[in-house]
Amino acid sequence: MELTNKIALVTGSTRGIGLAIAKNFLQAGAKVILNGRGEKLAPEVKSQLNGEFAYISGDLSSPAGAQDLAKAAQEKFGPIQILVNNAGVNRDKLLLGMKPADFHAVLSTDLMGPMILTQALFKPMVKQRTGVIINLASVVGLHGNAGQANYAAAKAGLVGFTKTVAREGALRGIRVNAIAPGMVDSAMTQALSDKVKHQILTEIPLHRLGQPDEIAQTARFLVENDYVTGQTIVVDGGMTM
Amino acid sequence: MTKEEIFNTVQDIAAEELDVEKDKITLDAKIKDDLNADSLDVFEIMNELEDKFDIELDVDEGVTTIQDVVDFVEKQLAAK
Repeated sequence: MELTNKIALVTGSTRGIGLAIAKNFLQAGAKVILNGRGEKLAPEVKSQLNGEFAYISGDLSSPAGAQDLAKAAQEKFGPIQILVNNAGVNRDKLLLGMKPADFHAVLSTDLMGPMILTQALFKPMVKQRTGVIINLASVVGLHGNAGQANYAAAKAGLVGFTKTVAREGALRGIRVNAIAPGMVDSAMTQALSDKVKHQILTEIPLHRLGQPDEIAQTARFLVENDYVTGQTIVVDGGMTM
Repeated sequence: MTKEEIFNTVQDIAAEELDVEKDKITLDAKIKDDLNADSLDVFEIMNELEDKFDIELDVDEGVTTIQDVVDFVEKQLAAK
């Protein structure tokens, strides 16, 4: 699918990977709806964006929030052709210290949110006989990671969800893929101690963190290549091989 | 709204969605077997009917024939 003049909704796009994807799609000529939990798009983010875009505040932690976002997004520019389910939260704890609320919070936003949003936008995509859905999973969902049982379960769930919806959407020209990033340079990784950072780098064959732009390039590839569906593309500097 | 009016609407929508001649959409036609619809076609027909009549149609309810669809719409309209 050509990105020019297409309408894309990227959830959780006020920073990091989501923002990089929004910028990349805008550069390619798409109309992009950005989303975050804040009431407005921060001026320092707005100033980085060129092209036709809009911002819709929306919290995906509840089904109603996801449905409201789907509705508002379609009212903004019309039927959406590209959905990027990027918004996510984490509440890291070892399993023994993890409360049901910690599972629930992460699964609600990271798995239920994408499911509700995808379902809401699937109907107009079926009608249009076209659509691209990209789910941001994680290598954690493929390998597991101590302290992230809830996050890993949600991201692994997204991989299964991706494959199933890819099969259902294929009947109407809708492609669904996932991206599983490894360690990406972000506020979260910047906050780690040098010792932890060093330990992480020894596990990455390319010996550096990924950049949000490198995830965005993958998202663009998944929009533009019309013969890829049901896949989880791992972008992790070689941690997985 | 009469049953015949509902049938006419169902006929129009099903003919368009399934790209078949209107006269093939008979009351006893089986949507999947006779009209070659796939699972998503059934959803699309139901979605169009929901929009047209402003009703909710839960597709889990078994619909096999066009008659089933007409009866279902009639029931939901009556409950409105």
